[in-house]
Amino acid sequence: MNYFVFAFRNLKKKGIRSWLTLLGIFIGVLAVVSLITLGNGLKTAVNSQFGAGSTEVISVQAGGLSYGAPGSLVQNPLTFDDADAISKLDTVEFAVGRNIETVTIEYNNALIVGSVYSVPDGYYKKTYEVLDDVEVLNGRLLESGDSGKVYIGYNLADGDANGFGKDIIPGRTILINGKNYEVVGILKKKGSFTYDGTIFMTDNDVEDLSGNKEDVDLISVKVRDKDLIDRAKEQIENLLRQRRDVKVGEEDFEVSTPESTLKTVNSVLGAIQAFVIIIASISILIGAIGIVNTMSTSVLERKKEIGIMKAIGSRNEQIFLQFFVESGFLGLVGGAIGVIFGILIGYAGTLGINSWLGSEIAPSISLWLIFFTLVGSFLIGAIAGIVPAMHAAKQNPVEALRG
Amino acid sequence: MREGKQKAVDKNVVIHLHDVAKFYHMGEAVVKAVDGIDIDVKKGDFVAIMGPSGSGKSTTMNLVGSLDTPTHGHIYLDGEDISTLSESDLAQLRGKNIGFIFQQFNLIPTLTVKENVMLPMTLQGYDEFEKERKVIELLRKVELLERADHYPNQISGGQQQRVAIARALANDPEVILADEPTGNLDTQTGEKVMDFLKQLNSDGKTIVMVTHSPELAKEYADVVYWLKDGKIEKVTKRDSKSMKKVGKWKGD
Repeated sequence: MNYFVFAFRNLKKKGIRSWLTLLGIFIGVLAVVSLITLGNGLKTAVNSQFGAGSTEVISVQAGGLSYGAPGSLVQNPLTFDDADAISKLDTVEFAVGRNIETVTIEYNNALIVGSVYSVPDGYYKKTYEVLDDVEVLNGRLLESGDSGKVYIGYNLADGDANGFGKDIIPGRTILINGKNYEVVGILKKKGSFTYDGTIFMTDNDVEDLSGNKEDVDLISVKVRDKDLIDRAKEQIENLLRQRRDVKVGEEDFEVSTPESTLKTVNSVLGAIQAFVIIIASISILIGAIGIVNTMSTSVLERKKEIGIMKAIGSRNEQIFLQFFVESGFLGLVGGAIGVIFGILIGYAGTLGINSWLGSEIAPSISLWLIFFTLVGSFLIGAIAGIVPAMHAAKQNPVEALRG
Repeated sequence: MREGKQKAVDKNVVIHLHDVAKFYHMGEAVVKAVDGIDIDVKKGDFVAIMGPSGSGKSTTMNLVGSLDTPTHGHIYLDGEDISTLSESDLAQLRGKNIGFIFQQFNLIPTLTVKENVMLPMTLQGYDEFEKERKVIELLRKVELLERADHYPNQISGGQQQRVAIARALANDPEVILADEPTGNLDTQTGEKVMDFLKQLNSDGKTIVMVTHSPELAKEYADVVYWLKDGKIEKVTKRDSKSMKKVGKWKGD
């Protein structure tokens, strides 16, 4: 029999009240472990949504609202003329204006709300290959003069996911805002809900839908070389400030490079992680206070036991160690349950992301993480137990024996 | 503190209380629980500390058992002045030299019978093999070997007290200190426990028993300290061991 067995025996006798105090440690550890297990998956998922395909493409949007839907809430929209002006910069290979419209889509007697994305006239091939980085799975992409024809993302074609309850295959006709369009092609799954759920049509067709022939929601700019990207960004900003008559620092537009987009996204992701860690820390702190409370009560409840131990020869250090180890165990139990559920949640989350994006991300279950979490939980418990254990060790044997 | 450096001279004296007093402060008032007592516990004695409640009996027991330290005077345990020892060292010494038997049995509820008996040995750092060997021997002695894996609440009061006796013997101490050992037992079971203590005494163990019952003290003890109001009123001794059964007492 040693301290660990003794501690374990005492823990088994603890009531539900004591176990509830472990909730704090449990939730804290759960949050951290599930976040880290999910870590890669979460990052991949978010980056695949926001990260651009090519490293040589700059996006320009009006409004400076980087997280608003493109084109929404814009006072002073960009135009095709802006795109042309940008095209003439020496660092730029080409620049095209693109539009995004929210529409109703009908098929198989069902109606959903979706979006269409314009493919710039004369840049069909470059759009597929450079700007959007998409490949066709079935059928074909758009060609010059393809009026009334569209190609669609993978999820929109999939009868299990699209909301129509029926696959859309090339050659079928769908109704967009009440007008007939022929689907000519289906894209391969890209792992991004924007691309996988979108309809692509020509500039002219989108203009017909929106009734707007000048404004654009987005200008995509391909630079001549990826090393020129920062210079290009500067030039574009200068040019647009001039054209829109705004001062430095008061821009009503935003020029984002793939790098800056990823940076923004990752900083948001980082903020989310920091938030979870703060919540986890608070939770663990509360848990630790709970353990202090439980152990203090335990010392009072077992005062007589302490007296007996002292009478039959227990040194103060031995009493201290017994309560210290027991408190550590209390933390360890909370941590262990947290680890188990944290891994389960992280695993389930990763599977969820995989089925959503069609990706094959493995949950990052690290034995080191588990090891350090368990050691950490034990230490938190033990540290929380220091004061109660000292209190136990200092009991006067005569008074303690009285109970 | 000249006396403090003295050692008890007589090698046969296991516990020696010299002019010991214990005062408690209750606000302004000073309660003299024990006020200047001398007690010698010699090797092989069966000593009874007798007195009604409020006589300072419990305080005396705590002092004799070195659970408590005196306000004045000196207590020597196994020749060492306990006031010079740290709390932990005193506990260690106590665990080695004194086996306690309490009125309330005071077994540890989360430990089995076997583990309770082993505990004093664990605290003295015995190795596992030695503990196993000893615990079997002790439980056989108190006829509870078959209850080794039971918990205290699964056995009767008499059985619990026998476990307590086994625990008290675990470190083979010089002295067994029994505080009202029969107080929580029916007469028949109490007698059994007393006979067991008597047997231990015959085998050479020193017994100190605290009791409020004059009959019990007279029947079993060789030396009886009669306490009253924190002082020793009288000390009575049995004439000789051979007269135990007859019960002739000096100064009675």
